[in-house]
Amino acid sequence: MSIFSLALTVLVGVLFFVAFFHFSNFLLDYFRVKSSKKFDLENSLRVVIFIGPAFIVLFVFIIYPVFETIRLSFYDKLGENFVGLYNYAWAIKDPDFKRSIINNLGWLIVVPTLSTFFGLVIANLADRVWWGSIAKSIIFMPMAISFVGAGVIWKFMYDYRGPGDQQIGLLNAIAVTLGFEPQAWLTIPIWNNFFLMAIMIWIQTGLALVIFSAALRTIPKETLDAARIDGASELKIFWKIIIPYLEQTILVIWTIITLLVLKVFDIIYAMTNGQWQTEVLANLMYDWMFRGGGDKGRGSVLAFCILIGVIPILAWNLYKHRQDQKV
Amino acid sequence: MKKLTITSIFSQLLLLIFVIAWIAPTFGLFISSLRDKDVLAISGWWTSFTTTEVNEIYRTKGNDAQIKEGDYYYIKSNLFRENKVKEIFRFGVTSKNIDEFKVGETALFKDGTEITVLENGDYIWKSQNEFKKKKGKRVFVSAKSPPSFTLDNYKEVLLKEGLGQAFLNTFAVALPATLIPLIICSFFAYALTWMKFYGRDILLATIIASLVVPLQMSLIPILTIYNDFGALFGVAAKSFPGIWMAHTGFGLASTTFLLWNFLKSLPQEMMEAAKVDGATHYDTFIRIVVPLSIPAFASIFILQFLWVWNDLLVGLVFLDKHPSEIILTAKLKELLGSRGENWEILTTGAFVSMIVPLFIFFSLQKYFIRGLVAGSIKG
Repeated sequence: MSIFSLALTVLVGVLFFVAFFHFSNFLLDYFRVKSSKKFDLENSLRVVIFIGPAFIVLFVFIIYPVFETIRLSFYDKLGENFVGLYNYAWAIKDPDFKRSIINNLGWLIVVPTLSTFFGLVIANLADRVWWGSIAKSIIFMPMAISFVGAGVIWKFMYDYRGPGDQQIGLLNAIAVTLGFEPQAWLTIPIWNNFFLMAIMIWIQTGLALVIFSAALRTIPKETLDAARIDGASELKIFWKIIIPYLEQTILVIWTIITLLVLKVFDIIYAMTNGQWQTEVLANLMYDWMFRGGGDKGRGSVLAFCILIGVIPILAWNLYKHRQDQKV
Repeated sequence: MKKLTITSIFSQLLLLIFVIAWIAPTFGLFISSLRDKDVLAISGWWTSFTTTEVNEIYRTKGNDAQIKEGDYYYIKSNLFRENKVKEIFRFGVTSKNIDEFKVGETALFKDGTEITVLENGDYIWKSQNEFKKKKGKRVFVSAKSPPSFTLDNYKEVLLKEGLGQAFLNTFAVALPATLIPLIICSFFAYALTWMKFYGRDILLATIIASLVVPLQMSLIPILTIYNDFGALFGVAAKSFPGIWMAHTGFGLASTTFLLWNFLKSLPQEMMEAAKVDGATHYDTFIRIVVPLSIPAFASIFILQFLWVWNDLLVGLVFLDKHPSEIILTAKLKELLGSRGENWEILTTGAFVSMIVPLFIFFSLQKYFIRGLVAGSIKG
């Protein structure tokens, strides 16, 4: 499509919603003037106009699909015949599924831990040096770019040429300089998972960093100064004062990164597509959505497995929300 | 005091290591996208700042190019096909001794013909008899290649590889997919904060729960709906409005939650005063709430825009891979598969896909960080 027809499509799409809210409210105001008694009806109608579009979208795109996906997980490939637990039995026996669960668990342990740790360390270091804010900007930058873009960046880092050839990937160039054989990093089972996780850590450390930076400023300076006067080493201050003080923040960051890691798809899909034992749930699910015309039952089981992973966090969020509402 | 200095030097060093480790991958990609594709394929990007020595093999022209001058037959041409900025300093005619001769010297081929190669790649190949072979002979050269950068890769990628169109498509997806949720969620969040109606608390709890529901749960049912809808009305199942609404759905919970959090903090007296003055909720919304919410809108706009711009999964599922619809990330993934060894295409393509996010990042970092800190929970 040409740039003009694209722009026109965009404009029409956005204006449609502006027009909806404007004219529905305008009509309501117009009739209110005419029949000033029906105040209750006016309020109810206003509520319907305000929440209507959002509620329809919420229902169609989130609420209904959640139940539909759970239902489909008990149905066959086309979603037509009830098959009971057949899809679940298939998943348990499937070697790719087993691999995905193991890998997802690995991602869940390694990525949030290291991102949070690096974020915390860098936030502390950056607070002490005059060029700290530049350093923070640089480390935060990967947050802005896409996982696929990051995938290309790192595929280039991991590039492999045969021994004897000039290495153009930085990692192999370093390995060769240090006297090791060059490696095709992404094809070495088990270890390649860590090379993929490195990409996610590279991106998410920035998130941890900015949130920690904001939180660090809330630590009372007197507490830190008192500890220093008492002769506590910087390392001891870090472990004994800063970490306990930031406990809540650490938990929040951990949760955010965990949610992201559970759904990790783009990196795997772009870099290995699950080959060499790097399969994860989200990629396997995408695969089954389209493999052989698509299998709704198996795809739904895999999606449901990801949902099970977030349920503890969901429950915790709802619990916290209820506590907040009571206050 | 002395102890403090050591700690401070140590801190600076450690931070410097982190910074270098974090910037090197992106920097390498950027530099590579500006390098000549032949050089890029055989040398690391870190060598591009210095003059490097490369050993290369070229072939002379064949008998078509010969001319007769006096008693001799000559082939005169240049070894480099295009005008490359390279300086030859040695050359050879056998693979055993690839740098046997200095430039300007005359080398003898086995068949008795003579060749002289000059610094800029010009050569004169001289023979007593007529050249018979169509194919030229191999010449080995050692050349110095000074640092040189070019925008050729960008021209190639934007015009020939179709990334220019994908770039426009991504805008056509990302702008409405950011503005539509912003519009409908601001009304929604207003109602959740300032209007009283039955079921409000349940709706709020549903939003909180939806924040963490993985979007994978929605893919299969929505795709089914779109396919049925398309078949029923005879329209394409994959379309721009379709993906706008999908992104609106997936961004709805976080957008509403962030706005609700912000609106809660506005003073209640102001709303009451407006009500007393006879303003309807719509007036209050347009005249009071919207102007006050501009900073919040900015943060949410940036967050959602970047999310949509960088998304791959939703784009893959709800848009066609046809050039008129494909988005940048999907195109980039396609290139990774089809042009996996053409690093000049991949590095440049990746950088093109990153230009808009990086621009937003560097110009609006404050709002971006504010939005993230306010709550980066996203389904």
